[in-house]
Amino acid sequence: MTSPPARPPAEPDIAPVPDRAGHFGEFGGLFAPESLMAALEQLAKEYEAARHDPRFRAELDELLRDYASRPTRVTEAKRFGAEHAGGCRVLLKREDLAHTGSHKINNVLGQVLLTKRMGKARVIAETGAGQHGVATATACALLGLECAVYMGEEDTRRQALNVSRMRMLGAEVISVTAGTRTLKDAMNEAFRDWVTTVDYTHYCIGSVGGPHPFPMMVRDFQRIIGVEAREQVLSLTGRLPDAVVACVGGGSNAIGVFHAFIPDGGVRLVGCEAGGDGDAPGRNAATLTYGSTGVLHGMRTYVLQDDEGQTLDTHSISAGLDYPGVGPEHSWLKDTGRAEYRSVSDTEAMEGFAALCRTEGIIPAIESAHALAGAMRVGRELGPDGLILVNLSGRGDKDVATASAWFGV
Amino acid sequence: MTNSAVTTAFAKAAAQNRAALVGYLPAGFPDKDTGIKAALAMARAGADVIEVGLPYSDPLMDGPVIADAVYRSLKGGTRVKDVLDTVAAISSAGTAALVMTYWNPVDHYGVAAFARDLASAGGSGLITPDLTPEESGDWPRVSDEYHLDRVYLVAPSSPQARIAAITRLCRGFVYAASLMGITGTRDSVSASAVGLVARTREYTTLPVAVGLGVSTPEQAHEVAAFADGVIVGSAFVRRLAAAPTPQDGVAAVRELTEALAVGVRRG
Ligand SMILES: Cc1ncc(COP(=O)(O)O)c(C=O)c1O
Repeated sequence: MTSPPARPPAEPDIAPVPDRAGHFGEFGGLFAPESLMAALEQLAKEYEAARHDPRFRAELDELLRDYASRPTRVTEAKRFGAEHAGGCRVLLKREDLAHTGSHKINNVLGQVLLTKRMGKARVIAETGAGQHGVATATACALLGLECAVYMGEEDTRRQALNVSRMRMLGAEVISVTAGTRTLKDAMNEAFRDWVTTVDYTHYCIGSVGGPHPFPMMVRDFQRIIGVEAREQVLSLTGRLPDAVVACVGGGSNAIGVFHAFIPDGGVRLVGCEAGGDGDAPGRNAATLTYGSTGVLHGMRTYVLQDDEGQTLDTHSISAGLDYPGVGPEHSWLKDTGRAEYRSVSDTEAMEGFAALCRTEGIIPAIESAHALAGAMRVGRELGPDGLILVNLSGRGDKDVATASAWFGV
Repeated sequence: MTNSAVTTAFAKAAAQNRAALVGYLPAGFPDKDTGIKAALAMARAGADVIEVGLPYSDPLMDGPVIADAVYRSLKGGTRVKDVLDTVAAISSAGTAALVMTYWNPVDHYGVAAFARDLASAGGSGLITPDLTPEESGDWPRVSDEYHLDRVYLVAPSSPQARIAAITRLCRGFVYAASLMGITGTRDSVSASAVGLVARTREYTTLPVAVGLGVSTPEQAHEVAAFADGVIVGSAFVRRLAAAPTPQDGVAAVRELTEALAVGVRRG
């Protein structure tokens, strides 16, 4: 197979989509209580100003480099590729090596600097796996801001390590007992807090969802993953990958790694959703696979919902993917055909988890294990000539209890 | 175009030198029949307009009292049809009924189909707490077609330009959220309500009703001094939730309505 000619790194204008009101085609937009509209308008304005302010850029770049350890490395997973991915060459973008252990820090540093810029003293966040909560608590400790994190009770149990980390870092962790006690319910509760405290509080949404400008802004803060990775893959291999694979919860690590590759028509973009333990309603969180268009958490996007527009319960072994919506840009990428989305079951994800542990000596987050399982499938399809970039979005320390129970070790 | 039942109800209250009393109940709580009985009791005891809540799985503008009630209503199997039946029962008893709903259930049903079915149930229109004028899509046109009211919210944080745009789109009345927050009872009426109502009146001659946190006759009286309508929700729902039997719940709703109906009188 001949390599496609290497092109210079893509640096498209980062706003061909969305439009000024936050629409990615028919998706996105802004469905929010009027009480929040002034704050959302302020945020959009401040973000636009900050984006063009060299001092803001410099401060963020310095934090990303010196505090979060960027750029993260791209390393080859030789044994994993040979033994589990059909002999395909597999490269890992090591977001697990960023400070706090996942990609979430990229977005948080940007939003927390914006919080300071807006003169707000308090930050709230929702978290599923706890990685976004830990990143938010970390950045708030660093910059001297008050921090409260909403987390579903079920998730506080299965991601207990991260609850301790957040508390250690000085954040208040609020356990949410509504609904299925997972990410969606934590987000509802964070919105309720925000409506009441918006004068002095910034809501640091952890993924590329929510009302405009969040999907665009979080995408912009996360796209550094793909910008770095594209160059790193080119310099390591002299060519672009055949496929870029990432897990999709709300979709921030996936958009982050996809975005710089969107103009590269020959590169397949593959998002891996949580297939849970079946395709029946309530048994998975594969929104783009089983969902339909609706409005949830301030955005128009694919939603897992019943025949009357009530949000369905979800299930995933991974707390970070256990969410019935998805960022609107993914809905748009799906409908335009530029990206493809696959459902990866709990069982497949845990196979990916075990495979990486045993062949590479890396314990991945169970979220990221969905991407690894997806790469195993894509690798077998591509064969030994293929080249895959996998976004290893986080490390798995938080998941050892779940994994031990799963494997019975 | 003829006036809607809501417009007529506000005009009647104004002619009697009082604010209109607007009561909220979620459909299907604690069950469909009791919900309807409570709404009818409310109407007979002096409520001018009734907001029928369409239970939604993610009520992020609601505090625990209403959130728990709609959760139980959904668990009990409430569907859009039950909401429309509740509306029909109220409107055929001669009281104006609006549906209060988050946008997704309407979006999913289809805006035009929802408007058609709401109109044929005798409903007066929709109150839409998470719909912005910007995202309203076909709703303004379709509601014109079916002569339905469009009630959007203004908030203490709304800049003048937004109040202007929102009130331009409203019909029936304007819902002024008294405070920055979610539904639930409060000890006192927020000081921001007076200013918000005054700012809203700069842009519209529609009635302005104040809601969020109003629960007692004293608070209703205070609000009636500067607003055209007083909206009470959580206080009713809490009484229904706390009642030992459905009959007790309906009686408690009736008693509170009677007291509030005295409260909304001016002077
Ligand atoms: C390591 C890791 N990867 C992925 C995700 C999913 O989020 P997103 O889809 O926004 O990247 C999470 C969320 O908690 C996470 O912790």
